[in-house]
Amino acid sequence: MTETSTATAPVGTAGATLLEARDLHVEFASRGRRARAVDGVNLAVGQGEIVALVGESGCGKTTLARTLLGLERPTSGEVRYDGASLDYTTKALRAYRRQVQLVLQDPTGSLNPRHTVYEAVAEGPRIHGLPDERDIVATALSRAGLRPPERFFQRYPHELSGGQRQRVVIAGALALNPKVLVADEPVASLDASVRGEILALLLRLREELGLSALVVTHDLGLAWNIADRVAVMYLGRIVESGPVEQVLTAPRHPYTQALLSVLPESPERIVLTGEPPDPTRIPAGCRFHARCHVLASGKAEEAGVAERCRTRLLDILPAVPDAQAACHYAETVS
Amino acid sequence: MSLLELDDVSVTYRIASGEVPAVRGVSLTLEAGAALGVAGESGSGKSTLAMALLRLLPKDAKIGGRILLDGEDVLTMKWGRMRAVRWAEASIVFQGAQHGLNPVRRIGDQIAEPLLVHNLAKPDAARERVAELLDAVGLPAWRARSYPHELSGGQRQRVMIAMALACSPRLIIADEPTTALDVMVQAQVLSLIKNLVAERGISLIMISHDLSVLADVCDQLAVMYAGRVVEHGPSHEVFHDAKHPYSRALAAAFPTVGDPASRMAPKGLGGDPPDPMDLPGGCAFHPRCPVARDTCAELDVRLWPAGPGRTAACVHARVEEEVGS
Repeated sequence: MTETSTATAPVGTAGATLLEARDLHVEFASRGRRARAVDGVNLAVGQGEIVALVGESGCGKTTLARTLLGLERPTSGEVRYDGASLDYTTKALRAYRRQVQLVLQDPTGSLNPRHTVYEAVAEGPRIHGLPDERDIVATALSRAGLRPPERFFQRYPHELSGGQRQRVVIAGALALNPKVLVADEPVASLDASVRGEILALLLRLREELGLSALVVTHDLGLAWNIADRVAVMYLGRIVESGPVEQVLTAPRHPYTQALLSVLPESPERIVLTGEPPDPTRIPAGCRFHARCHVLASGKAEEAGVAERCRTRLLDILPAVPDAQAACHYAETVS
Repeated sequence: MSLLELDDVSVTYRIASGEVPAVRGVSLTLEAGAALGVAGESGSGKSTLAMALLRLLPKDAKIGGRILLDGEDVLTMKWGRMRAVRWAEASIVFQGAQHGLNPVRRIGDQIAEPLLVHNLAKPDAARERVAELLDAVGLPAWRARSYPHELSGGQRQRVMIAMALACSPRLIIADEPTTALDVMVQAQVLSLIKNLVAERGISLIMISHDLSVLADVCDQLAVMYAGRVVEHGPSHEVFHDAKHPYSRALAAAFPTVGDPASRMAPKGLGGDPPDPMDLPGGCAFHPRCPVARDTCAELDVRLWPAGPGRTAACVHARVEEEVGS
């Protein structure tokens, strides 16, 4: 496959592909129907690269992240880490989770209120039986910006501010010295003033430790702030991906255009009606066509692709670093 | 006369270990049909202030100053009158739409409740009114028979807005109405709120930590820090050209996509909000302030004029004004 080789070193610091989804499908049973939460995804995260996975609730971005972490099994396709297919035996998964760590949203919910900061951060190293626990905890805390670390050892979550709690969660992930962080909405529950600090921390960890990150978010500003590449997900598929500068300033997929247009300060709004459709009923043709403003405005008709939009499935986008969009209309205009 | 006038409003919580001053002397006015945004982070007192307007605070909260709604002092109102004012003259849309609705009652009954309680409609008329309100917030009339769990987050937030509109109030207070919602749904709800304010001449107080959202919906912005308003003025001016360093930090926290200055450069504010029981002396913001001077630790900061229609509680803003005049 050529994807693996082409998915390397796209921007700045990014190195060889570290974590990859290949033709990934994840299905669930939902009220007697099949929900195709992830419906064919190719995605690669390079070494030292920060990729933002963007989409609305229900688009499958969290399921994709969980599958990449080995928390869900794919229905078909595979998760690859460091050139090898993910092994789902207990032992192999345990080793894998030292490499790829999850940072949850809502630090209040993900910290045990009865554990001190020290215990919270030491949990991972203990499970993995690592020596020199105290050093590991101290290093992780100071890397997460809680300095001097000893001052935080005996504190409880309720004694910390929201930003400090999120730093503890990040320190917990760093304690195992991972290569990749998967962060699900890492700043959504934080105050505006703290948000920038936590994002700056993610950037610094990449710089100092060469850490890669997949940041799952619905926040395009976050992608602009820290990501090298962005992948926009809609109803189980990536519909547009590429370097942040390109995708977010010149979006080609109508869905990305709509997401960007509703940001405050944007000159012209494309407010899509309705909520994201149901993964148990994925429309025929382009999965976005029922909400697409390019189709509704007749522009797709003029370009002679309207019929294709309604009936013809789009190919699954490969995991390449260049800008690409899964859209019949975008194909004709480019 | 202004629709709402706050004069030196303070709120102090009494707890076991002492008194917590949550709001410390806030004066604001809101004209009929205008929209005011109140910004600030957790603990700035913005939500406490909103709740104080309708006396929705717990018993251990002591409210001081004056709150005039249409010339009538909310703080000295009898309970019966207070109950009539709630919903009918001013109503609140809370954050977190999933908790504001009763899970075991149909949407329609919940929207009709304030109408029936306030004897504003007979059951038949109330049913018609519910259909009208659902239409106004962009939901089909048959949704009246749905239960909250059958709706999405955005739809539930629309129901909350329909409830707030039920008794045709003159003022709506919206506390983080879109915080838990997706971007697209947030845009839908915000444009709904904007249209309702414009079409029905309703006044709006909207509370959020997202300055960009407030600037989008409101004419005026007040930024709160440690229980005080630290900056006030026309919203676009405050958002794009903040005079107070705290407002500047809030405005920079949400970057404009496409702005090269914020690419790979997230901006935050160091430190944590102060403990209200142990406020720093002088300007309460000085320990976190990137441009603090030595004198800021002692200086008695007040809201000084900072340009036409603008005020800011910062010594730098005041200096600018003096030089400018």
